[in-house]
Amino acid sequence: MSWTGKLLRINLTSGEITTEALNDQWKKDYLGSRGLATKYLSEEIDPACDPLSIENKMIMATGPLTGTMAATGGRYVVVTKGPLTNCIACSNSGGFIGAEMKSAGWDMIIFEGKSPEPVYLYIENDKVELLPADEIWGTSVWNTDEWLHNKHQDPLLRIAAVGRPAENGCLYAGIVNDLHRAAGRSGVGTVMASKNLKAVAIRGTLGVGNLTDPEAFMKAVNEGKAVLADNPVTGQGLPAYGTQVLMNVINEIGALPTNNMKDVQFDGAHAISGEAMSEPRKSDGRPNLTTNAACFGCTIACGRISTIDQGHFSVKNKAKYWGNSGGLEYEAAWALGADNGVDDLDALTYVNFICNEDGFDPITFGATVAAAMEMFEAGDLTLEQTGGIEFKFGSAEALTQSVELVALGEGFGQDLALGSKRLCEKYGRPELSMTVKGQEFPAYDPRGIQGIGLNYATSNRGACHVRGYTVASEVLGIPEKTDPLTADGKPGLVKAFQDITASVDSSGLCLFTTFAWSLENIAPQLQGACGNEWTVDYLLEVGERIWNMEREFNLKAGITSADDTLPPRLREEAAKTGPAKGMVSQVEAMMPEYYQLRGWSEDGKPTDATLIRLGLKG
Amino acid sequence: MEKSLVINPDNCTGCLQCEMACSYENEGVFNPSKSRIKVFTFHQEGRFVPYTCTQCADAWCQQACPVDAISLNLVTGAKEVNESSCVGCKVCTISCPFGTINYNQSSGKVIKCDLCGGDPKCASACPTQAISYVDADQTGLDKMRKWATETDHASTNTPANA
Amino acid sequence: MQYIIVGAGPSGVIACETIRKLNQSAQITLITGQSEPPYSRMAIPYFLEEKITESGTHLRHNSEHFSSLGIIVINEKVNAIETSKNFVRLADGTELGYEKLLLATGAQAVSPPIDGIHLDNVHNCWTLEDARNIASKAVAGSSVVLMGAGFIGCIILESLLKRGVNLTIVEMGDRMVPRMMDDTAGGLLKSWCESKGVRILTSEQVTSINDADSSDQKPLKVNLKNSPALPADLVICATGVKSNIDFLKGSDIAFDQGIIVNEFLQTNIDNVYASGDVAQGLDFSDQSWHVQAIQPTAVEHGRIAAINMVQNNSCKHHGSINMNILDTMGLISTSFGQWMGIEGGQESILLDKKNFRYLNLQFKEDCLVGISSLGHTQNIGVVRGLIRGKVKLGAWKERLMKDPSRLMEAYLASL
Ligand SMILES: Cc1cc2nc3c(=O)[nH]c(=O)nc-3n(C[C@H](O)[C@H](O)[C@H](O)COP(=O)(O)OP(=O)(O)OC[C@H]3O[C@@H](n4cnc5c(N)ncnc54)[C@H](O)[C@@H]3O)c2cc1C
Ligand code: SF4
Repeated sequence: MSWTGKLLRINLTSGEITTEALNDQWKKDYLGSRGLATKYLSEEIDPACDPLSIENKMIMATGPLTGTMAATGGRYVVVTKGPLTNCIACSNSGGFIGAEMKSAGWDMIIFEGKSPEPVYLYIENDKVELLPADEIWGTSVWNTDEWLHNKHQDPLLRIAAVGRPAENGCLYAGIVNDLHRAAGRSGVGTVMASKNLKAVAIRGTLGVGNLTDPEAFMKAVNEGKAVLADNPVTGQGLPAYGTQVLMNVINEIGALPTNNMKDVQFDGAHAISGEAMSEPRKSDGRPNLTTNAACFGCTIACGRISTIDQGHFSVKNKAKYWGNSGGLEYEAAWALGADNGVDDLDALTYVNFICNEDGFDPITFGATVAAAMEMFEAGDLTLEQTGGIEFKFGSAEALTQSVELVALGEGFGQDLALGSKRLCEKYGRPELSMTVKGQEFPAYDPRGIQGIGLNYATSNRGACHVRGYTVASEVLGIPEKTDPLTADGKPGLVKAFQDITASVDSSGLCLFTTFAWSLENIAPQLQGACGNEWTVDYLLEVGERIWNMEREFNLKAGITSADDTLPPRLREEAAKTGPAKGMVSQVEAMMPEYYQLRGWSEDGKPTDATLIRLGLKG
Repeated sequence: MEKSLVINPDNCTGCLQCEMACSYENEGVFNPSKSRIKVFTFHQEGRFVPYTCTQCADAWCQQACPVDAISLNLVTGAKEVNESSCVGCKVCTISCPFGTINYNQSSGKVIKCDLCGGDPKCASACPTQAISYVDADQTGLDKMRKWATETDHASTNTPANA
Repeated sequence: MQYIIVGAGPSGVIACETIRKLNQSAQITLITGQSEPPYSRMAIPYFLEEKITESGTHLRHNSEHFSSLGIIVINEKVNAIETSKNFVRLADGTELGYEKLLLATGAQAVSPPIDGIHLDNVHNCWTLEDARNIASKAVAGSSVVLMGAGFIGCIILESLLKRGVNLTIVEMGDRMVPRMMDDTAGGLLKSWCESKGVRILTSEQVTSINDADSSDQKPLKVNLKNSPALPADLVICATGVKSNIDFLKGSDIAFDQGIIVNEFLQTNIDNVYASGDVAQGLDFSDQSWHVQAIQPTAVEHGRIAAINMVQNNSCKHHGSINMNILDTMGLISTSFGQWMGIEGGQESILLDKKNFRYLNLQFKEDCLVGISSLGHTQNIGVVRGLIRGKVKLGAWKERLMKDPSRLMEAYLASL
């Protein structure tokens, strides 16, 4: 039973801090992390509330495997109602703070209300305090991190914080932990800042244990580690190139959205790929990539630690950015690079640094700049409106200037801070926003990978690849190869991926393990930790329950089946090159089958029978 | 042949599997804060450095201990803390110039690497062979031992019968 | 070769063992004035709090330890030394010849010359005998007055509280442990103690102690300079120590506060060495010669003296670093080297009063020369490594100036 069985409730309005026992029944029904936190949120807030109002709550949650030796068992999630999407938001992050929180004795922290003054939460095991944050309010995540370490005289303090954009109302601000890991999507950081909560600093020294069957657990863990090591993706590809291993692959199959999704292939793909990150730079002879890095307990270590050439225009005379920091992952490299037509690796790395330093989502940011570029080139945006920045596809300068403006909340950065949906509406071209439910999609073009389009359209947190990463099957052949260009069979594939993902996310493990692991590898670890009831079949049921619970939340928040779709470009403008040439997304055609497989009505609502079957209705 | 832990920081990814394995072996829970091996992160440099006791020959901790609570395991060469003798005075923790023996507030005793009796769990948990347990004469750890003696210029690590 | 070691504290014991390690055939005699097996004064606090029994204080637990090493132990006091004839005279008159002699007779507690200091229920806390007395009298509910809040006073403070006594501390100086802590740390320690219910009178002095009147409930009355007298069951005097050199009077061995030694721990007499609390050894930090009176130094001395006795001054002592670690009811403080700073040096300080955390680093150029801390224990030993190795911190100096808590990284980076 590797839950701690305890949660913290922080009432920011009154400053009151209370502890509660974890709801026993709910943890059996929802496992932990994503599932369990969503259950609490669904029970405690009105899904129709304004996400930035005092009624919204924010939950940080770990899973039962968080903080254990299970490979990648370091994850935590932030669950809240998202301001970018007005849907359930659930952002998952690695790094070290999740495990630290667990080691301090807490499965979950529920934040409610709003503090009258800026504060941060300090946790040292049972000692939990809200402390003044005036001195760090209005500063970046990196500054906050340094200040807190200094103040508490503790280099091992783990810190999650929001930056200036969150405070300034940027709708896609994330929560950055351990300097460069982030609960990045859907604006969870914006919610945190709206509560006047600047940071959470944790030191846990109690440890995580209490395993149901320690021997079985360690056996399953060691077997799992061996499987990860032997798998070509998790054992070689990811450690060597990170997720950036995908850049050239996805470009070749014609599914690399380029120039705000006008194209599906990018000439500069190689220049911004994982391979390129490892090649010595012409300028200073060093590669962009210094080393790979792991999150807590992770034996894959896909994280990138990079430098920027000190002579690069973006960092000239800015010594602060000359050291190593979190480098590009595939989604960021795509959003900042291909989607803007920018092939300058160091410029992308710089923008990525700033997204980490000040806590905002590089996917939404990059895609929003891409929309601005398209509008600018079409004459919908003028130089006057952009404050003199020439938003032309391919312009690294426009990109780096934009990132600084968003970080500081200045000038045109204030428009960019709203995301592409609001930006495009404001300047009269709503159809140019490449979003679902207000959230930008990541780096896989639904015209070239059909299944992922259906996943985007139905993802409960708005467009997102990590709700149901059918790319694994459609491109990489995991667990078995399906044809990316066909829609046949994809509704079932999408549903299966979505449900499995929901339970993996809820365990405290990283989704990337599933390149090598199936639930057959995960269930024994959970069984050793939590008990024999956590079978593969049961995990599938839990995953489906979580998916439907999230859907119910969204329906109550006002989402309808009309929101389960993709922007017109993807449905109407055919891919111009590559294997998918001539194709559009068949998302509409796939939808009825998907609803039916889910046990939903034609208008996308779970039927009573479905709800009852999953225990979501009595 | 006596074996020793060899650490190759270049291979380390900072995953802390070693810290978990260590604390699990010694404390029964996954608790990096109680690990006898610690991984230090050099963020600016992009470097991770696992670090633990090298079982130096003239162990400072052992000599400083007022109650003979640290002894040599003749099989593994490890300097081991005898929990029942240790009074928790912490003098060893300030005496060890490598900082590898640490006070554990919850037990009131000190903790240090004991090579797990000859099967160090950190080495088997490490996914990248940044930590390995090999024959003592092929280790680079002598660099540290050398440093240890240089700080004092006084080593009795010479054969007996001198 | 005939070696005699006088004093069976940590310094003498390590010396014997080191000699044996270096020379299997030497004849080694260890002479101790005490009746107990060699024990450690440092363990006394833990004996007092009943964490260990008396045998737990022994320097070596195996009763055969010395005999198995062929070390003869004699329990008798040395009264005199005849350096011209190379023998020591014991209290019973026996004369023992030596070729090489080590004096490791340690120190003894000293009490201020006030009325009543020799009363029955007034004790030092220095020997096992003292500890037995204190243990029998410091019973739960009794009132104890502790004279002196120096290092020894502070280190037994927790043990006394654990025995359930009502404790009042009287300290002449204006703060606690003045020789190991600055105002900030000493002040914090005081408020920490007070928050745990200890009464501390600083800048106060005991003027005399007398037997109480029959009407009083407590047997002793402790008279103070500035405050009303304190009733007490027991008074513990921890006001200072001095080296055990009295027996050298009349010999031609030179001494000052302690025995004068050179960098080989050799006295003015070629075949006589001295070590530990009795030796006026070299301080690493300022290269001055004085008695440090701490365990790590006693051990270091013992070992180096032994090497030099066996191997003809082959091992130079570069000086010991003064260092202490103190646990006061869970608040752990340390001090190393020139924690008070040096002229022209630089310092980097972090203070979190509320949480009793303090870190004060002192530098000379880019080398660390001292620290004091509250609430820091992890990897603390590297401070010794950094000071001792005169490690040039280079770029890390600036980082430490910004954040002194990154000490361990600085150390590793400089290794
Ligand atoms: C309560 C207490 C707590 C302490 N805590 C600490 C601490 O935490 N950290 C620290 O660093 N230090 C501490 N010390 C100090 C430390 O114990 C001494 O520095 C250390 O014991 C010195 O060792 P030594 O061998 O030089 O002398 P000693 O330990 O004093 O040994 C000297 C020996 O010589 C014998 N002797 C003396 N005169 C004669 C003679 N004429 N003939 C024969 N034998 C003789 C004595 O009986 C004794 O056995 C503490 C001391 C006390 C009393
Ligand atoms: S803390 Fe324990 S092991 Fe260390 S010196 Fe003190 S008694 Fe010996």
